[in-house]
Amino acid sequence: MAIVSVPAERPRGLLRRPTATTGFWSWFTTVDHKKIGILYGITAFAFFIIGGSEALLIRLQLARPDQDILSASVYNEMFTMHGVTMVFLVVMPLSAAFFNYLIPLMIGARDVAFPRLNAYSYWAFLFGGLFIYSSWFLGGAPNGGWFGYPPNSTLDASLGMTFYSLGLLITGIASTVSAINLAVTVINMRAPGMTLFRMPVFIWMGLVVQLLLAFSLPIITIGLTEMFFDRRFGTHFFDPAAGGDPVLWQHLFWLFGHPEVYILILPAMGIVSEILPVFARKPLFGYQFVVFSGIAIGFIGFGVWAHHMFAVGLGPVANTAFGISTLIIAVPTGVKIFNWLGTLWRGDIRFTTPMLFSVGFIAMFVIGGLSGVTHAVVPSDYQQTDTYYIVAHFHYVLFGGAIFGLFGGMYYWWPKVFGRMLGEGLGKLNFWIMLIGFNLTFGPMHILGLQGMPRRIQSYPASLGLSFWNLVSSVGAFLIALSVLIFLVNAVASFRKPKEMESDPWDARTLEWLTTSPPPEHNFDEVPVVHSLDELWHRKYSQTQGGRVVPVPAGGSGEAHGDPHGGPGGGHGIHLPGPSYFPLIAALGLPIAAYGLIFNWWLVGAGIVLVLAGFYGWILEPSAE
Amino acid sequence: MASDAMEVHAYESEHLATSTGLPNIKLAMWLFLASDCMLFGALISTYVLYRGASVVGPYPNDVFDIPYTSVSSFVLLASSLTMVLALAALQRGDIGRARVWLLATALLGMTFVGGQVYEFTTFAHEELTLTTNLFSTSFYVLTGFHGTHVAIGILMLLTLLTFSFSGRLGPEKAETVEMVGLYWHFVDIVWIVIFTVVYLIPTGNPG
Amino acid sequence: MSEAERAGELAPQARTHAAPGSGSGHVARHPSPKEYVRIAIILAIITAAEVAIYYIEAVEGLLIPLLFLFAVVKFTLVVLWFMHLKFDSRTYARFFMMGLAGAITLFLVVLLTFRVFAG
Repeated sequence: MAIVSVPAERPRGLLRRPTATTGFWSWFTTVDHKKIGILYGITAFAFFIIGGSEALLIRLQLARPDQDILSASVYNEMFTMHGVTMVFLVVMPLSAAFFNYLIPLMIGARDVAFPRLNAYSYWAFLFGGLFIYSSWFLGGAPNGGWFGYPPNSTLDASLGMTFYSLGLLITGIASTVSAINLAVTVINMRAPGMTLFRMPVFIWMGLVVQLLLAFSLPIITIGLTEMFFDRRFGTHFFDPAAGGDPVLWQHLFWLFGHPEVYILILPAMGIVSEILPVFARKPLFGYQFVVFSGIAIGFIGFGVWAHHMFAVGLGPVANTAFGISTLIIAVPTGVKIFNWLGTLWRGDIRFTTPMLFSVGFIAMFVIGGLSGVTHAVVPSDYQQTDTYYIVAHFHYVLFGGAIFGLFGGMYYWWPKVFGRMLGEGLGKLNFWIMLIGFNLTFGPMHILGLQGMPRRIQSYPASLGLSFWNLVSSVGAFLIALSVLIFLVNAVASFRKPKEMESDPWDARTLEWLTTSPPPEHNFDEVPVVHSLDELWHRKYSQTQGGRVVPVPAGGSGEAHGDPHGGPGGGHGIHLPGPSYFPLIAALGLPIAAYGLIFNWWLVGAGIVLVLAGFYGWILEPSAE
Repeated sequence: MASDAMEVHAYESEHLATSTGLPNIKLAMWLFLASDCMLFGALISTYVLYRGASVVGPYPNDVFDIPYTSVSSFVLLASSLTMVLALAALQRGDIGRARVWLLATALLGMTFVGGQVYEFTTFAHEELTLTTNLFSTSFYVLTGFHGTHVAIGILMLLTLLTFSFSGRLGPEKAETVEMVGLYWHFVDIVWIVIFTVVYLIPTGNPG
Repeated sequence: MSEAERAGELAPQARTHAAPGSGSGHVARHPSPKEYVRIAIILAIITAAEVAIYYIEAVEGLLIPLLFLFAVVKFTLVVLWFMHLKFDSRTYARFFMMGLAGAITLFLVVLLTFRVFAG
């Protein structure tokens, strides 16, 4: 039995370092990656409900022609906030929830490289999101689209886009810091024997995502800073009258924005790569190809950004170059699809809810990918750009892709995290209604786009013949809402069940299923020694001469960890980093300074003081010994 | 992995037997500096893009004082030397020397920042403020970001200095000083680029 | 080769880092303070040369390539010696190059689309 030592309390200065790791207040001081993962998940899901409600309002407005349920200016805020919310406050943090919870577990570590920094990232994300949303009450929400093109975004008189620039700067800090933390964790904290090519695909995708974040976020940091300066101080970065060029913003935004979409999809691809083998009872087909494709997508993803700018007038040379690179990036993506299909082929398939979402992911993502390939053809994109055809494309890959994958992940890992299963009956209902609703919502948008319906319009006249499919789409949206409600019912119902889950309910392949459900605070009683890819599977099963998979008998060689000393760490206590207030305090300084930049310079000072106090408290607080 | 010889600690300031054998914090700092290259890349390209595009003056040639700024460059380069000497002293166990060199680095850094403040004030008197034109816009924000990085570096140096007086800085903390040093040198190499691209390469503007 | 041996190869100082109080870490090569001073003197000389050629009209045509060369040399000296990349694990250099090469490439392309270099 492992002994976990809790840091001895040594009062120092104003705040004693907290010690409690259970109870309500422990959530505010936790540095445990599992709790932080849960915090990210809950917060992201709350924003999902909000962002989804914004979508419902949009679909309500567009359900019939010539409506005025939302005025034009409110409509602009609605689609802007829907986009900002879904990209920055839902998919990214939901992926972060999975990365935070699972990365240490899957690599056999006890926590991430910098636990307090991890907590800091969560709080900065939360405060950034709240900051952006406070704009509804403080002068208007962002209204320049999630992509904020100037001069529209720099000249708009309301405060919305100022909140946009500062809020995303705050969440950007959170993500950059977290990216470095998790990248170092994956590179440096793997269990003994876990070489890079014995890591689960989810971990590989995690590593690629962190590097994408680390290298793309600084670029938008500068873009947002330049936008903020233009708006708040009257600089001329995007001011044509002074010689500035709004197209510079577009480059800076999309240099980040394109890697961003791979940041949004790779986690879900990683999740699906874990789920498919478990429910097909077959190893992932072409593991190395899937890994290298992920790396290739990350790398090439930095070379396609101007395909968002085909209609801007960069000229035929630039357009052609980016058209070609965009076509090229379809290749590694296709490789993954074929490998997933190869995993399913001749597998012993169980259609559990996670499996349904994963198969749904493949199908929906292929559709979205195909429309994406049509955008890569430049003259074709001239017709499609700024129409609903594009809206269809990115919702197929981001909802049908990322969200489906993330839902699959929730169903799959729920028992590990919460010690109970989500109900299969409700789960299947969730899936099918979501699938039908999703396709009803976004399928018709391909047609609407090709019929000429532009994006971001508050209403359309009846004479354009767009009414029927808009109505279908809006009905679909409410079906999606119903499916999400079903999920919520399922989630709440699961907590009524007793918390008595086995370690490995799905008969899975990776290390997180080696420990209890939920895992103890220290993750593993003994750090596992890894001998192969799919380590857990090989501990449970071996192959006979005839290639038949047979369980390894209990006490057989699969159980031995290769640790000659046996027993937990030689009887030493497992030291875990203690909880801390300071990450929260340091993070709190950010939104306060941001409000100050808008309203009052004294607040900026207060914010900076909080940040400094937080960081100094952090480095000075006594450690666990 | 020599896991039987080492306890597995998750504690962040202790040494882990890491997968690469490299310390977490050094890996993290290099990753951070790599990402910071993108940050300054964006700022510098903004400046380069807008070179010669200002519609009104003052223009660079109206305000730049190359001899003055080159002294600033010498100062910052010297501070990199003192930084690396501080680290070497600490690694040798010579805390007294390390303290001296750390102080020197901080003072040189403050001289640099002071010099920038003076430079900007002079420019302001010559009618070049933040919003005057495209040149001022891109110049002040670029050098401002750099100056802020220097200021944060000075803060870290002064913190290390304070620790050295309360006995918290010993050879076992050499890694921390190395991290601050890496950050400091990075700030120096960014300035090497800025000095060349912004100050020395001619703009071809009128005036 | 075991992980530890590979790690040891990549970073010979790694094992000494593992022990506390390893201020006397023995790495493959560590510049002496004198060497650092020599590098600093070279940096100062190059800086002086940069300023000098700025004023010398005779080299006006070569000004930009020379300035560029000097900046690259200074940059490299600081990175390799002061930042110790020459003597450290190649892992650090790889990550740094990702950022540096990435930044140079991406922003060169951006500037090209604005035809900044087209006179």
